[in-house]
Amino acid sequence: MPGDTLSFIFLNTILANNFVLAMFLGLCPFLGVSGKLNTAIPMGIASAFVMLVSSISAYAINLALVALDLEFLRLIAYITVIASVVQLVEMMLKKYSPTLFRSLGIFLPLITTNCAILGLALFQTFKEYNFSQSLTYALGAGVGFTLALTLMAGLREKLALSKLPGVSKGAALSLMLGGLLSLAFMGFAGLGSN
Amino acid sequence: MSRPRDNTITMETFTEGLWKENPVFVMLLGMCPVLAVTNSAINALAMGLATMFVLLASSIMVSMFSRYIPKQVRIATYIVIIATFVTIVDYVIQAISLDLYNALGAFIQLIVANCMILGRAEAYASKYKPLKAIVNGLGMGLGFTLALLSLGVVREILGAGSLFGISLFGDQFQPWVVMVLPAGGFLVLGTWLLLFDWIKQRQIVLETGGKETHAR
Repeated sequence: MPGDTLSFIFLNTILANNFVLAMFLGLCPFLGVSGKLNTAIPMGIASAFVMLVSSISAYAINLALVALDLEFLRLIAYITVIASVVQLVEMMLKKYSPTLFRSLGIFLPLITTNCAILGLALFQTFKEYNFSQSLTYALGAGVGFTLALTLMAGLREKLALSKLPGVSKGAALSLMLGGLLSLAFMGFAGLGSN
Repeated sequence: MSRPRDNTITMETFTEGLWKENPVFVMLLGMCPVLAVTNSAINALAMGLATMFVLLASSIMVSMFSRYIPKQVRIATYIVIIATFVTIVDYVIQAISLDLYNALGAFIQLIVANCMILGRAEAYASKYKPLKAIVNGLGMGLGFTLALLSLGVVREILGAGSLFGISLFGDQFQPWVVMVLPAGGFLVLGTWLLLFDWIKQRQIVLETGGKETHAR
């Protein structure tokens, strides 16, 4: 089936089914950290890394749970693993880049409650991807997330310099921008399938 | 952590979730389900109620056990408590209505990652007695459900010309399809926020007699 080739999964996840703009996953960091480019890109990369590691762990856990007939524990197992991976990233960042650690602030531990990561783990289970497909899916999701965050941050940096009516400053405007970006990404819809 | 606090329940405990600290419109928490499942009113209502149940149940548990949970592992513990209740909701919805289950998709399980619930557990339930946490959780849950509904209703009317699945305008209606697509979610929520910001700004202007128009 053409829908199962690795390159198709990769491109489909970045563009046609972008996690943020088409599937509404990971909106909290999307709205929260996209104010400046130099925090948006590290945030994207940190999330992408967590996605990759949790995708691999989720694949292994799912194998174990299916073998033991304990599928009802899937959600609890996934979220626990994700929380631990986030903790790991947090400790690494704190050690190697304290300035970045401070600028990301509360949003770093909140990667745990980033639904893009849990969503990724759940979707790859629902779609019954094998190991290499899961890995590609996670990579695509990470790149797509970083792309959306970067685009948004670039737009918001430009907007900060322009004159706007007082009412529309803040979250309302970010959401409108998100809507326009999402419209633009709908143009890719013909490329892929769900 | 467990300092003695004022545990009296006032009207404020309940109503702050509805308006002053509305989780969606004011605090911008739990955005993913807000935008993803509100393409019809019935989905929005189901999602709101499911989230409310998880919020209430986990508030009770967290509030009862918070003094026994070591500080270092509290977030992980809260997440596991929340995940347990979400698993229950997931199976209950699957048993009640398979159509609804398919429409909401993975977003039922993604209630775990709703930052509003974790935020409430950390900032409220762990600090107050169960009864107060329940009252506040009820207000927050209702506020969340109402916000979801206000999006779902607008998007269903504009995007499909119906409300709760009942057609409103007859056959001539040309649906505004973009409203039920992802982009519409962003635009409708943005418009609601604009409206609320405008109301708030007008209140400030009225209270100060127009002197502090720029002091937002």
